[in-house]
Amino acid sequence: MEFFHEPKIDWMGKKWLFIGASLCLLLAGLVSIAIHRGLVYGIDFRGGTLVYVKFAQTPNLDSIRKALDAQGIRNATLQGYGSAADHEVIIGLDLQATASSGELDVGKRAISGALASVYGVGPAGKIDLNNTSPQTVAERLLAVDPLQQAPAGLETVTKTYRELADALVNFRNSPPRSGLIADFQQLSAVPGVNAAVISALQSDFYLSSYALRNTEIVGPKVGSDLRRQAIYVTLAGLGAMLLYIWFRFELIYGIAAVVATFHDVLITLGIFSLLGKEITLTVIAALLTLVGYSMNDTIVVFDRIRENVRLNRRENLVDLVNRSINQTLSRTILTSGLTFLTVLALFLFGGEVIHGFSFALVVGVIIGTYSSIFIASPIVVFFQQRAGRSSAGDKPKAYARETAGARR
Amino acid sequence: MDKKLRGKFIFIAVVIVICILGIIGFPRSFQQLKENVRARIRLGLDLRGGTHLILQVQVEDAVNITTDQTMERLRDELKAKNIPYADIRKTDSTHLLLQNVAQEKSADLEALVRDQFSDWNLSRVPGDPASRALNLKTAAAVAIRNNALQQAMNTVRNRIDQLGVTEPTIAEYGQGDYEMVVQLPGVDDPSRVKDIMQSTALLELKLVQDGPYPSREAGLAARGGILPPDAELLPGPSGASSGAGGGGETWYLVNRVAAVTGRDLSGAEVSRDVNGRPSVNFTLTRDGAARFSRVTGQNVGKMLAIVLDHRVVDAPVIHGQISDRGEITGGFTPQKAQDLGLVLRSGALPASIKYLQESTVGPSLGADSIRHGVMASLVGLLAVMAFMLVYYKESGINANLALVLNIIILIAALGYFGAVLTLPGIAGMILTVGMGVDSNVLIFERIREELRNGKAVGNAMAGGFDHAFVTIIDTHVTTIVSSAILFTFGTGPIRGFAVTLTIGLLANLFTSVFVSRAIFDYVLTRRQHGEALSI
Repeated sequence: MEFFHEPKIDWMGKKWLFIGASLCLLLAGLVSIAIHRGLVYGIDFRGGTLVYVKFAQTPNLDSIRKALDAQGIRNATLQGYGSAADHEVIIGLDLQATASSGELDVGKRAISGALASVYGVGPAGKIDLNNTSPQTVAERLLAVDPLQQAPAGLETVTKTYRELADALVNFRNSPPRSGLIADFQQLSAVPGVNAAVISALQSDFYLSSYALRNTEIVGPKVGSDLRRQAIYVTLAGLGAMLLYIWFRFELIYGIAAVVATFHDVLITLGIFSLLGKEITLTVIAALLTLVGYSMNDTIVVFDRIRENVRLNRRENLVDLVNRSINQTLSRTILTSGLTFLTVLALFLFGGEVIHGFSFALVVGVIIGTYSSIFIASPIVVFFQQRAGRSSAGDKPKAYARETAGARR
Repeated sequence: MDKKLRGKFIFIAVVIVICILGIIGFPRSFQQLKENVRARIRLGLDLRGGTHLILQVQVEDAVNITTDQTMERLRDELKAKNIPYADIRKTDSTHLLLQNVAQEKSADLEALVRDQFSDWNLSRVPGDPASRALNLKTAAAVAIRNNALQQAMNTVRNRIDQLGVTEPTIAEYGQGDYEMVVQLPGVDDPSRVKDIMQSTALLELKLVQDGPYPSREAGLAARGGILPPDAELLPGPSGASSGAGGGGETWYLVNRVAAVTGRDLSGAEVSRDVNGRPSVNFTLTRDGAARFSRVTGQNVGKMLAIVLDHRVVDAPVIHGQISDRGEITGGFTPQKAQDLGLVLRSGALPASIKYLQESTVGPSLGADSIRHGVMASLVGLLAVMAFMLVYYKESGINANLALVLNIIILIAALGYFGAVLTLPGIAGMILTVGMGVDSNVLIFERIREELRNGKAVGNAMAGGFDHAFVTIIDTHVTTIVSSAILFTFGTGPIRGFAVTLTIGLLANLFTSVFVSRAIFDYVLTRRQHGEALSI
């Protein structure tokens, strides 16, 4: 089976069409970044507080907001997360809201306080089973000994209850409960749990109707440090690529490859801005991977161009480049297609946490392939023609003039 | 089979066995297999649940303390050497100002600073011929700051060890701003840990000159408004337990210099006092005990203030000479007593710490992430494998075998290196699959081209591998270079990604070139003369 059987497409002839399309997309992205929405920074760059809360029932966002106001926090953002049936909410506070106090976690404590005031704290002396660790559960069970294991010796009993506590907490954490148990009776599904265990748990624990699944607090210093680092890292990546390709090919090829990759990064950022997606540290990591990946494609085409140049010095450069692209087309589309398959799997099945990362890769793989074929090669041709080489093996005209002058 | 080829296959088999052992060990049951895997593959915080903290050591505190101590020492030395002066002031964290020094003693002063205060520079003050300025040498200040960072890291490590957190990570972070990163797996409520880490825990035992007073002003007034140079006023316990008429604060006038400090502690244990309330018993080192017994012996009947972080916790009366132990009570809950004991045992922090970033992943989210990651990996892998089979027919089997081996080597390498697997790391694995199969595509496409150009099967294969090899190296190097940059600048999850991608690509070099070639060579030996290659 073969997709492309000896294609003979005139790529260079159509180059203005492709470059035009790129410029449009680039412009749209840059306008969006500069004027319309700007770049939406994630919390790692912005600073602030984010708390992911899962509720047993649909949460009443208004009362939570009022409770936060009562704690002195205005401008909190409350946003649903995941599917509606999950009852998950992200409560976000920006840096301003908590900047007055010196303590980093003042926002998180305010959110905990607000949630406690809306949903109530359990009866005094009881621990929240939904927000506790296996050690605490094991200790309490050991004290009560509902399975009446005492005669077996302290070590065996401790081990039994520790395993039971681990099983209970794992049950609580796995879906569909995902960290929140609504009713003690649900626990009878755990192996080793009988009515005595459940009543022991009921006497020492209560079940809150919410659980904190994830907390992120970023202070102002870390946020600005990271922003600076992200820019350095991206520039370092591009610089390293330039050096490597200069070393393996020629400077002109290096510049063309870097311009093409830079174009990829800018368009991806532009799309993020257009769609209002957050840029987090993992997104930057995806962009850097993209830089490396886009270079791959470009190198394959350049390798072929170089090989053909060695074989056919007399051939017209434009024809040679066209032929090189046609020869490598099959391989380029295939590899990108396969990488795209895997990245798509990541995007569809990888979950919300790396959603930004996988989206950046999905967009990046498409744009990266496109740029290797339609952007990098025309740039090489353009520069070579400017330097006066119209056939593959030509030296630039200036050099020829010099040597002619020397001979005279 | 050709001997060289058999050698290759034996080598490949050995690699497979080492890798599989690296992942699952020697299990004797399915349960044990799962445990072995869990033990060998270290999960990052985002998959396991836990807390990640970045804190900054306020090293200027340590510099300030040194300057304060120098000021005290200078006072004593100036008196001892009989050099009159009007006043010593601290102008900032590294500068002292000595006012109105007697001119004829200048030489003595210079000698004193040169001999006893070698970390300091003495200089004249422009516009004030009678005064001198002392400033801490830069090298000395830098040394103090670095020491403060190292000591703080050790103290934090001690405290976390005592809390029993499994496999914590404490390391320097960032570029030169005295920051450190602390990772606590399994801790989903970090407030107690944070309090313990942050507690300065400076313990001092000071003789009480006078007190308790109901307020700071009362204490000052009793001394005519000016404190004697060897004393200071410290707040004490407030509330009903004070003796000054209840319901208010208490203040004590204590010696400025402590008889015994936290550095003289050799241990601190939780127990109960005579009333059955939680207390902390401490024991002293030999030096500390000697000093303690001297002070208590000479001051029977006076009060001894137990000062924690510049606050008087308790001020019992000295009934008789005590040598090497003491007790601190002060209305502690059992938890607070335990925490205090822990913190005293680990030593005082040389400088305060400030939290810059906090991130807590609950275990349920971690479990979700693992599930998603594994699912996406499987889907990606199966999709790629299916495509290779359809597009390259039997040669696709070759590519798929190489792919599976690639992943096995990758996971085993993670286990052997002790590298941490994070969610982006799983994504890196998936990317390795996508990018790795590129090498096979390169080779196969080249083989197809050579076959199209009329070469014989054996030559076409060799030609395919040879021509593609250079390009394969190029493409792998570029991605590895960007991974290396990510690793240097990234933290935690991103490092995990860079590591899996790099190891995956290196493994891919092995599988796509060496292993695929071996399998092709084997296929060639089985091939009938004139039969086409299934590609």
